[in-house]
Amino acid sequence: MDEQCHQSATPGILVARNPPPMHRPWRFARRTGDRAMTSVAVEGEALADLVLAIAQRRDQSAFVALFEHFAPRVKGFLMRQGAADTEAEDLVQDVMLTVWRKASQFDPAKAAVSTWIFTIARNRRIDVLRRERRPEPDADDPLLAGEPEPSAEAHLSGAQVQARMREAIATLPADQAQVVTLSFYEDMAHSEIAERLGIPLGTVKSRLRLAFRKVKAQVGDAFA
Amino acid sequence: MTVKHHPSEAVLFAYAAGGLGEGLSLLVAAHLSFCPSCRRSVAEAEAVGGVMMEEIAPVAVRPDSLDRVLANLDGAPVPNRAATPAPPRPTPASAARSTDTPPLPSVLSAYVGDLSGARWQWVAPGVRQLDLVHRAQGRDSAKLLRIAPGRVLPHHGHAGLEMTVVLSGSFTDEQGRFTRGDLAELDSDAQHQPIADSGEDCICLIGTDAPLRFSGLVPRMMAPMLGF
Repeated sequence: MDEQCHQSATPGILVARNPPPMHRPWRFARRTGDRAMTSVAVEGEALADLVLAIAQRRDQSAFVALFEHFAPRVKGFLMRQGAADTEAEDLVQDVMLTVWRKASQFDPAKAAVSTWIFTIARNRRIDVLRRERRPEPDADDPLLAGEPEPSAEAHLSGAQVQARMREAIATLPADQAQVVTLSFYEDMAHSEIAERLGIPLGTVKSRLRLAFRKVKAQVGDAFA
Repeated sequence: MTVKHHPSEAVLFAYAAGGLGEGLSLLVAAHLSFCPSCRRSVAEAEAVGGVMMEEIAPVAVRPDSLDRVLANLDGAPVPNRAATPAPPRPTPASAARSTDTPPLPSVLSAYVGDLSGARWQWVAPGVRQLDLVHRAQGRDSAKLLRIAPGRVLPHHGHAGLEMTVVLSGSFTDEQGRFTRGDLAELDSDAQHQPIADSGEDCICLIGTDAPLRFSGLVPRMMAPMLGF
């Protein structure tokens, strides 16, 4: 990896928030220090409040604010994954409508708004573009019963977890960040990633494992 | 019940990212139904996806995009699922009345109903199958296999990723012993030969993202019968 990528993983160096994705897609915004992290968490909690305002009051101005923040990101995400402009545009509208309709299913204790919207966009993309179903464990399945509910005070909000996770991702070594980026942005199978990077499949998998463990370690027991 | 064999982090990541096809996703979802710790890992990987969505370079939507969505907001909101009882399902797999098989994860109910009425296809002596996800020229497939006690699945390698989730009974292969809820994951270089090793049929879900390669003459003749 080049010199700059190593620098971006060095504590104390700030890089631009949205680096040109075509050049170094594996570089992430770097925010250091508690203050910056807290501001990310605060922003995340403000977004969560918007979803709650929709759920509780069908608040249209909250929806407009949410749309302005997320619609261009959802569109950017879908286009990175290969959707054409028109497809992405239609899907964005579909995703944002789903956000409005399912607002009451959003749980700020469990996930950040960006995570929730990411899963909606992922599922709509699989449904509409790939014409497949996405099997997920059924929350009403008796097999899932008996899982202890985390106590509210012992746990961070989804937005706080997200802020920690963002920090963890920003400090990943470039080779690990790269496979994470390719997994999420490029809709590539691991074998395709291996081919693109010219490395063995086992290396792709071990980099993902290391990246994931690092992220888990920094988030601590927030999900426990 | 403790699940001992789990998918790799890479597979959980791919599932969370939406990078697995329907067949392999079904395998992961079945395992998740048994495994709280992998459900937690998937939630974490989805949070990584959320970060990735926040970090992406935004692309401007069309000027009329917001208005078009606002014009459609009057559709009925979806109520909070906690507030409404689950609708009755026609034949939930988990309510299968079969006395000899424990309930299937209900994620399978969209694919297969009560197993006691299932039409198993004969594959080989002691081996039967039921197709769940089958793509003519698709990326992956998933099927149920029912293996009689002591029977061996033909020795096979495969070009892509193969996963197996045990739903009932157990099997042993080169990696160890797999019981209900366990997931075996094999990359293309792996060869394995599972043996149903308890006194009951082993029912397992098997999925691949590329055709299986059977080695040896007889198994090669069986490959078309297995339909992989």
